[in-house]
Parts: sequence; C-alpha cells; structure tokens
Amino acid sequence: MGFGPYFLLASLEGLVTAAVLTLTALGLSLVFGVMRVVNVAHGEFFMLGAVLAWAISTAFAGHPSIGFAAALLVSPLVVGGVALLAERLVLRRLNYDPEATIVATIGLLYIVQQLALTFYGPDARPVQAPFNIRVTLPWFGYSGYKLAVIAAAIVLVIATWLVLTRTKVGLVMRATQYDRETAQAFGIPVDRVYAGVFALGAMLAAIAAVLVVPIQQAHYLMGRDPLLLSFIVVIIGGLGSLRGTVVAAVLIGLSDGIISVFFSPTLAKMLATLLVALVLVFRPQGLFGAATR
Amino acid sequence: MMPGAGSRRAVALHLAVIAVLFALNFILPEYHRGIFSRVMVLAVFAMGYNILFGYTGLLSLGHAMFFAAGLYGAGLPLYHLGWGVPESFVVGLACGVVLSAAVGVLALRTTGVAFMIVTMMFSQVFYLATLYFTTYTRGEEGLVLPQAARRVELGGVALDLTNPASRYMIALAMFSIVLLATLALVRAPFGRTLVAIRENEERMRMLGYDVFRAKLSAVILSGLFCAASGAAYALLFGYVGSGFASIQYSILPLLWVLLGGAATTLGPLIGTLFMFYVIDITSAYTSAYLLLVGVALILLILFFPRGLLGSIRERWLPWLP
Amino acid sequence: MTDRRNVSSIIRNPISRRSALKGLAATAAIGTAPGFVRYSQAQSSAPIKIGFQAHRTGIGASYGRWYERTTAAAVKLINEAGGINGRPIEIITEDDGTDAARGAEVIEKFANQHKTDIVYGTLFSHVVVGSAPAAGELKMPYYVVSEGYHVASGKMNRWVLQPGITDVKAQTRSVAPWITSNVGKKITMIYPDYAFGHDHRDFFAPAAVEQGGEVIAQIPIPPTETSFTRYFPQIPADTDVIYHVMVGPAVLTFVKELGEFYGGSGPALFGFIDSLEAVDINSPGLEFLEGSHFWEGMPRYLQEGASEAEIAYRDAVGLDENGASVNDPKDVSTNAHSFGCWETLYVIKAAMEAADYKGPEDRAKLIEATEAMTEFAEGKEHPQGDKVFNGKIHQCFGHQNISVVENQKLKVVHRTSIEDGMYEPEADYTTQTL
Repeated sequence: MGFGPYFLLASLEGLVTAAVLTLTALGLSLVFGVMRVVNVAHGEFFMLGAVLAWAISTAFAGHPSIGFAAALLVSPLVVGGVALLAERLVLRRLNYDPEATIVATIGLLYIVQQLALTFYGPDARPVQAPFNIRVTLPWFGYSGYKLAVIAAAIVLVIATWLVLTRTKVGLVMRATQYDRETAQAFGIPVDRVYAGVFALGAMLAAIAAVLVVPIQQAHYLMGRDPLLLSFIVVIIGGLGSLRGTVVAAVLIGLSDGIISVFFSPTLAKMLATLLVALVLVFRPQGLFGAATR
Repeated sequence: MMPGAGSRRAVALHLAVIAVLFALNFILPEYHRGIFSRVMVLAVFAMGYNILFGYTGLLSLGHAMFFAAGLYGAGLPLYHLGWGVPESFVVGLACGVVLSAAVGVLALRTTGVAFMIVTMMFSQVFYLATLYFTTYTRGEEGLVLPQAARRVELGGVALDLTNPASRYMIALAMFSIVLLATLALVRAPFGRTLVAIRENEERMRMLGYDVFRAKLSAVILSGLFCAASGAAYALLFGYVGSGFASIQYSILPLLWVLLGGAATTLGPLIGTLFMFYVIDITSAYTSAYLLLVGVALILLILFFPRGLLGSIRERWLPWLP
Repeated sequence: MTDRRNVSSIIRNPISRRSALKGLAATAAIGTAPGFVRYSQAQSSAPIKIGFQAHRTGIGASYGRWYERTTAAAVKLINEAGGINGRPIEIITEDDGTDAARGAEVIEKFANQHKTDIVYGTLFSHVVVGSAPAAGELKMPYYVVSEGYHVASGKMNRWVLQPGITDVKAQTRSVAPWITSNVGKKITMIYPDYAFGHDHRDFFAPAAVEQGGEVIAQIPIPPTETSFTRYFPQIPADTDVIYHVMVGPAVLTFVKELGEFYGGSGPALFGFIDSLEAVDINSPGLEFLEGSHFWEGMPRYLQEGASEAEIAYRDAVGLDENGASVNDPKDVSTNAHSFGCWETLYVIKAAMEAADYKGPEDRAKLIEATEAMTEFAEGKEHPQGDKVFNGKIHQCFGHQNISVVENQKLKVVHRTSIEDGMYEPEADYTTQTL
C-alpha cells in the first residue's frame, strides 16, 4: 500500500479512536468536572453498559438493529439507576470527600466486576452492529459502522453542549461546578444536582459503551482502559471544558494513529503517551482550562 | 507535633510495633509468617507512597514505575550479569532515585489532577517499555531469579534469601528502617514543611520556602522507598515481571494508604495487611469474593472515612503520628 | 466428604467398567480392587490433596472455568476407579486472580496451610513463572498445564513440570511444514508484543525457513491495543498467509477488522485457536474466518472417527458435539487446552503409583518418577493422543491438529506427527539437586 492511502487509513483510525475517546470521556468530564470526585468505577459503568447491551440485544430476535435500538434505550437507564443508587447510598454519606470517594469507588468497581463475572461470565461476546456496510475504497475496505460512530460522537457532543449552555439544567450544573458554596447560597439544591450529574455521567458512559460494543465486544474487564483514557482526555482538555475534551480526544486519537505509521507499534504507543504527557507538563491547566485550578 | 508525652508515646509505640513483628516470626504459623514477609515489603511501598500522598498532598497514579524500577533495577543485573544481591539491590535503589528525580522535575510543573494524570502516563510508558524490551525482561511472563543466586555472604556468614526466617528478618529490617525514617521525617522540620505545603502551598511560597525543591525531595524520597520495596520484592521472592509495572500497582498503594489512614506512619502497614487478609479470607468462603471485598471497602470507608488509623487518631488518639 | 463419596463409589462401581481401562490405570485398578481398598484404609485412606491453582478471576477466567470442569471430571473418574494408590484425590482450589504475585502466595498457602501433596493446573505463563520460585523453595511439585516454553527452557526449577500439554515451541515447529507446503511460503506474522508472542516469532520463523518458507513481515501488536486496522497496511501485498496469534478479548475485533479490511480477497489465514478459545466460531463478525486454518491442541468439534477414549472424555467433561457445554450451547469450551488438565492428572496418578507415593516426604521421589517417564499411550488417560515425555526438560510432546473452518465449524484436516515438533533440549533439570 502506498504512503498516501496508508496515511489516510491511519487518520481514519485515529478519528475513530478520537470518537470513542470523546464518547467515553463525556460522562467523566461531567462527573469529574462538576463533582470533583475521582470516580474509579466510571469504567465499570461503561462495562456494565456494554454487558447489558449484549444481554438486551440477544434477547431480541430479528434484525440486529432492533436489539441494538432497545439496548441503546434500556442499557443507559439501568446503568443510570445503579449509579444513582450508589450515589445515594455511599457517595453522599461520604460527603463527596475526595479521598474517601476513591476507596468507595474502588469498592464499587470490585462489586460491579464480580457481578458481571458471576452473571455474564468471563467470555468476550460480540454485539452485532445495527447495520453491516463495508465502505470500499480503492486501496482498502472500511467499516461503515465505524464511520457512524464518528457521527454519533459528534451528535452526542453537540447535544451535551446544548444541554450545558442552553438549558436551565445546564446552568445549574455549571453554577455548581464553578462554586459549590455560592450555588448553594443561591438556592441550588447542590445535593440533588450531584445525584443527577453522577447518574447522567454513568448514563453517558453506558451510551458510549452501547455504541462502541459492536466494534469492541463486551467483556467484564473492559472498563479499565476507557477509565484511564477518559481521565487523560478530560485533564488534557482542561477540567470542565467540553471543547477541550473533544480537542484532546482528537489530538490523542490522531497522534496514536499517525505515530504508529512511523514506528514499531509498542514504541509508537510509548511515544504517543509521552507526547501527550508532555503537553500537560508544559500546559498544566490543560489545553482549554483556566490558568488556576 | 508537640514534643513531650505524645512524642515519647509515639516512639514507644513504633518500637513496640517492631518488637511485636519480631516476636511474630516465632509465633505465626508458617503460612502467615510468609504473608507477613510479603506484607512488610509491600508496606514499604505504601509508606513511600504515603510520603508523597499523605504528607505532601500530591496524588500520584504512577508509583508502579518506582516500584518496578527497583524490581527491574535489582532483578536484571542479577539475572543477566550475575551480580550479587547487595550490588543488585543498590542498582535497584539507584534506578528508583534517578527515575523519580526525572519524573519529579517534569511532573511537578503540574499540581492536583494534572499531576495525577502525568504520573499515570509516565508510568504507562514505563510499563510499555518493560514489554517493548521483552528480549531482556520477558515482558508479562517475567523472569525467575535463580534460587542459587539469591544468597548473600556477609563477613563469612551466608544469608539465604530463600529461607523463610531470614526472609522475614530482612523484610522486618527494611520495614523498620523505613518506618523509623518516616517517623523521624514527620517530626523533622522538613516533614513539617511538606505538611505545610500540603495545607497551603501559596503561603509557603510567600514565606520564602523553595516549594519546588521540597516537593522534588519528597518525590525522590518516595521513589527511593518504593524502589527499595520493589528491589527487595525481586530479591526475596525471586520473580520479576511487567505486571508489577501496570496501573494496578499504582492504585494498590493508594488504596492501602487510604485504608490505613493517609499521613499516619503506621497506616500503610495496617492498610496493606487489611487488604491482604480481606482477599485471603473471603476467597476461602466463596468464589465471588470480590463482591465481599468491595462491600468491605465501602463499609470500612463509611465508618472510617479517614482510614482506620486516621479515624482513630481523629476520634481517640490525637497524638498518633 | 470427598473421602466418603469416593469409598462408596468404589464399592458401587462394577468391575466391568474398570476392566475397560487400559494401560497404567488398569494396573492401578487391579491393585485397588474394592477389597484391597477397604483393607488398606486402616493404614492410609486419607485423600491425596492436590492444590489446584485456578484462574477464577482476572483475564484467564474463561479458561479457568473449563480447567475446573475438566479437572472435576477427571478426578471423579480416577476416584471411582480407586483413586491413587488406593487413596482418593481431593482437589483444593484457590483462585490466583490470573496474577503472578497472588500465584506465588497461593503456592505458599497450599504448602503451608492446606498442606497439599502437590500443586497443579496453572495456565497463564506469567502465573507459572511467578509461582515457580515459591514452588522451588518449598520443594513443592508443581504440574502446570500452560503450553508456554518456560518449563522446557530450563529457566524454572526441578519442581516445575509440564507433562500434559505440548509447549509452544513444539507447536509452532509442528505446524510450520504443513503451512509452507499447503498454504503458502511467504508468511506475515501478527502477534502480541510480549513474551508469548515473541516465542511464536522466535520459534516459528526459523522453523518456517527450514521448510523453505519465508517470514516476510513481523507485526507485533501492543497488548493495550483495542483496534488493529491501522496495522494492516504493514502486511506486504505479496503475503501468501497471515500467521496470527492473539490472546484476550480483543481478538474478535482483530478478526472482524481483518475481514473489513480485505473483504473477500486477501491472504490466507493461519491462526492459533488460543485467539478464539471460549468464543463461538459462529459469532457475528467471524464469517471472515470461513476457509481459514487453525492450530488446535485437541479438536473443539466432535470429529468423524473420533476414538472411543475421546468420546468418553468429552462426555465426562460435558461437551456437546460443537465443543460447548451440554447445559448451555453458548458456553463454549477451551478444549484445545483444557484437555491438558485431564492428561496431567493421569500422569500424576501414574507417577505417584510408580513412586509409591505416601506423603509429602516422597515428593522428591515423585519428581524422579515423573522424570523417568518416557511415553504416554493413547487411551482413556490420554484421549488427545500418545505423547513422548522428556524428563530432562520436564516437557511432553504430542500430536497437533490443524483444522479448517468449514460451515462455521472446525474440521481437522491434518494431524502432525510427534517428531514434527521435537527440538534439541536446551536444559537438563535432572542435574539440579532435589
């Protein structure tokens, strides 16, 4: 394959990685941005979403798109419910103390993983894509569904942005993020906002998982990498900046894809990781973060 | 930290803990003695982490690289070059110091969550490097350090690191040194500087302290302790593998410290012991033991939000260091 | 409890069933006829305790589940046939979390708390290597079912043995001649960038060259990777066959993306079933595998003309004709590896009988007795086929199967000879002191 098409493929793959990263990071950027708690179990909400997607979509016979649509509806609701329960039962009682929350969410991680292992099993299982189109280019073929994931990521980002900037809910969330005490003083029920944000963050993770699972398969240990990558994306982008999250995802996705053209794969991964880390070293507030914390 | 009764009590307590651990060597059943050897080595890892996280207030998610630097730094020369145990151990320490200095200089440009992510990414690079150089490290599969090479000749006395009793005593010795060093540190002006930086970095800067230098020293000291733990782990237990460089081993010391109580000298030991026995005991009752582990963690943190020792200090024993 | 169940089942068991056993098990059965057992109970009917280091959690859990099932089935049969030296086997399982550090702790737990006679059953290489030092220090016989080259390499110690499954070096050497003469000579290798993948690279490439083939590209994949398409352009256009060996859940993605990339055309594929153990070949996205070939240790699907021993083995473990659980057709086995548990247990039994094993004080004798073995005959104890055992490197060598995916089933098209996989031993454990 010539260099041109190779580069095109690497860029396409980089964009898909970016889309997946954006999707997985969206929920975390809300939770982390508004509540300032390190939710180690965020990846498990993602995993739960994927596992439920498998369970739901296999329960429907007929065209795979029916099961997929059902999964896209039901899975986030269930995951949101689980998150809400965890928030009410545990996080609130800890008063969102950052350190105690880390331990509690590690505990939650163990619980969710074990439940998935017990009831879903240790195997990787595929979920069928709602449609199966192979886009044929002159040099290689490419998955149509992957292109759809890019589109879905764009739509979801725009929707989240609209909610945050154009609705009252968004205003309340931004106010809470900006200054918890002042928001409370202005009569914002911070407690309920936190519950809502935590559930919403988990639901976004579940939506991302349902969208991603036709590309990546559901597995009970699949939550770890999205968790780490989401943290990276959210911080590199700048805490609380949706625009930053997207830009960081594209930066990481493309650098990952394109560096792999020039170096042996593992070395490329090392270099890409180092490069992104150095971005943060020389711009500690992230790409679009405010200068102070 | 007032000198006087509390201070004397603290010293007495630490010496008593060391004495009890010494006595346990002769009392504990074989299996638990072996476990205590491992836990003491890993508690050094947690104590190293505690220096940075507990006392200096810097949350790192990359300490696996310091542990692994000691592990590989000691393991590789012994395995490939046939070096002796003491030299290999020193190389392990040196690797930890060099790596933590380099990482510190870069990562300390950031604070808070950015520091957490930067250390995590550096650690990920280290982990990938252990795989990339599989020719020497055997990657995830790892290396067995030959039993015959794991012995020391000290002044005519042969010390076999594979013997459970000598292993326990070596682990105890290292644990005691690091524990007493930590105690001395938190009572020294430098330790108070670190705590003050944790509480209000800006004020310290305005008071004329070289905050960066203090924090860098903390990172290096933390890296040194963690590398000591890694190097000892390799030499005492004879295995070196990239699993120890993975993110799991960055989260574990954080968990151990939080369980035992951040910024308490004995907390890391308590946390490491607790976590080990929760897994060991629950797994005897059900194959779904991770569920119980998770519930135990949540219950513990609900009732002891500052960790076991941290909450005890808050409620009953304010003199605990 | 195990004891009681075993004794009663011995008593209930008709002789006719036992007489069907061949080889060593038959000799054992004669020595342990019901009356004999009852008499010898006074001396020692305490069970022989085998510590089973199982991957119940962690990345190896899919395999672990089938290793447990296969172990339970074999132990049940052995106990029904009189156990070992008249003593029943008691399996004590500990989860190692598929983690090297926990693996070593579990070995200590077996030795010092459960007081097991031996330890057995580990699959993942890093757990074997991580546990080996503890096994050596505690002088605990450690029988692994891992297929790694670690044991044969001489880098473990005298207490670690692998008598039930062929190692990866022999596997790759066995399949090389068939690939170069039947699929193609220009080979591109895709493998994970860590020890297991490097073993494939280092052992297959020279073997292929010996057979007149040529490895024209080697593409190591970082283990953290979840998407593979970006690496496919590195596959040279004149590649005849892609040799792929991937491990972990990302494998489905790999195959699917390969299909999307090449469509109906592209090079032939030869893979190791390790990629797809516990995964249904019928899964959506795997249609692309139709017509491609796989190495299998033991066939997953019931083959025409399967031996009586193999059928009995499959029934005992609970495998349907598609290699899934008889209780749940979606629960696909890891049969290409888990058969090794069965065979290893029978090797342990034979070795204990040969050593007249009485208790932990005979552990050294047990190692020597195992080392003295040279051949395992095909039969109920070794349903996968006959094997040769090299006591110096503690490693067995067996036949390998090459299967084609046909109508979304795996059909064996070639069975290699034991000699295909043999290589010069690089070590001699017997020179180490016990």
